[in-house]
Amino acid sequence: MAITHTIASGMGGVRTAGDLVGRMQMTRGMKIREAKEYVAGKLRVSVADLSDPVVMAEVRGDLDLGRVRSIPKFSKGIDAKFRIAELLGIEINCVKLFKQGVARGF
Amino acid sequence: MKKIVTRMGDGYLTEMTEGELKKDLENGTMDASTKGRIPSLSEDELKHLFEIFSNPSRFVSVEPGNEVILSFDGGTHKIYRLGVNTGRIHNFQLMERAIGADTMETGHLDYCFKAAKVLLFEEQQELEQALLVTMLPIFYGAMPNLGVYSQPDGPFPNPAELLPQGKIKEARAAQEETIEMAVRDMVSVATSLYEVGADGINFDTTGAAGDPDFLATLRATRILKEKYPEMCVELGMSSEFVLGMHGELEFEGVRLAGLYPHDQMKLAEKAGVTIFGPAINSVTNKSCAWNVARAVTFVKPCVERGRIPIHANMGMGVGGTPVAEYPPADAVSRASKAMAEITRLDGL
Repeated sequence: MAITHTIASGMGGVRTAGDLVGRMQMTRGMKIREAKEYVAGKLRVSVADLSDPVVMAEVRGDLDLGRVRSIPKFSKGIDAKFRIAELLGIEINCVKLFKQGVARGF
Repeated sequence: MKKIVTRMGDGYLTEMTEGELKKDLENGTMDASTKGRIPSLSEDELKHLFEIFSNPSRFVSVEPGNEVILSFDGGTHKIYRLGVNTGRIHNFQLMERAIGADTMETGHLDYCFKAAKVLLFEEQQELEQALLVTMLPIFYGAMPNLGVYSQPDGPFPNPAELLPQGKIKEARAAQEETIEMAVRDMVSVATSLYEVGADGINFDTTGAAGDPDFLATLRATRILKEKYPEMCVELGMSSEFVLGMHGELEFEGVRLAGLYPHDQMKLAEKAGVTIFGPAINSVTNKSCAWNVARAVTFVKPCVERGRIPIHANMGMGVGGTPVAEYPPADAVSRASKAMAEITRLDGL
């Protein structure tokens, strides 16, 4: 089911910009068109590019937003989310908590 | 005469003429329109549906630009329920890296808040670790599932036993007590998981135990949103129709029993829900074409009248997908494309 929907109508998650558009729906309550336009503006790409894995692999690589492959020395996991939060201008809950934990000191 | 191969709502293959297919599409939209007192699909929309169902390809998909966001219920369970020996953190990574999921969800295997509350520490522990190694947004989800609060599983008298005895007052009293406890559990579990970093909370299959179930979820949402205004709450329904198991429950002065998706959505918005998920049950002895036309008709007014994003439930047996253990991709992809392109909704 998940695979069928992903191929039939999904954005593609971290293969493209699906996770980023999803975050705008979740954090700002944006409808799909507004969310896509917002993310495209932040990434400086067209709305059509957001669902293109070839373009988005380059864009995510250039901005170090995390990609499908876990590449040594590039962001992945929570460090990619630090960059995503900054780029999109949103608060990501686990990033906020991580920062609070670090701020408590050693 | 040209025959179109399609499926019934139970998943079995069937053949229809073009005329039969058109008739089923018209009847499906009319069924939703009459029951929900909402507009039926236009000529152009029915034509688009006809093209989707008469396409002989095994698989269909949306046109570029019409892609939507996918959220999941029980997402990480789906792999180890197959008997594949993976843990939830592995499953997050598989869904993110291999499947291309836009968002993902985790929850207790029993998938209800009552069960999750006794294992909160382990739920928090695993979610915290998953958040460190993933990039996609993560929901913690479960069903309100008010049925498990009734005897013999729970502390309260069972309304399903009291109602046939004519003990309506007693049944209603039991349901009202159940609501109080379920709200406490939902708020407590959601708080605990949000406070370790969950991106959102998913109340899934809401209304499965009727209007008390829906009311408890609306109340829990309102409490959570007052506590954490920035929290994302997704509320997915169990059915297109709220069953009146109590019959007199109201939220914001609106009686809950008998509400259809567009009215359910309005109350969800008032409670503070971020994403609403209408669920339209599939009818097994009707064709997939009939079911999809009906589901799309019910969902369209939610999208048009709602301020919040709409993610229609499109799992097995809802949203026009067949009721089958392994839903065929030909039928699911048609339902997926139809829902995305005709309703213009925000996600599935």
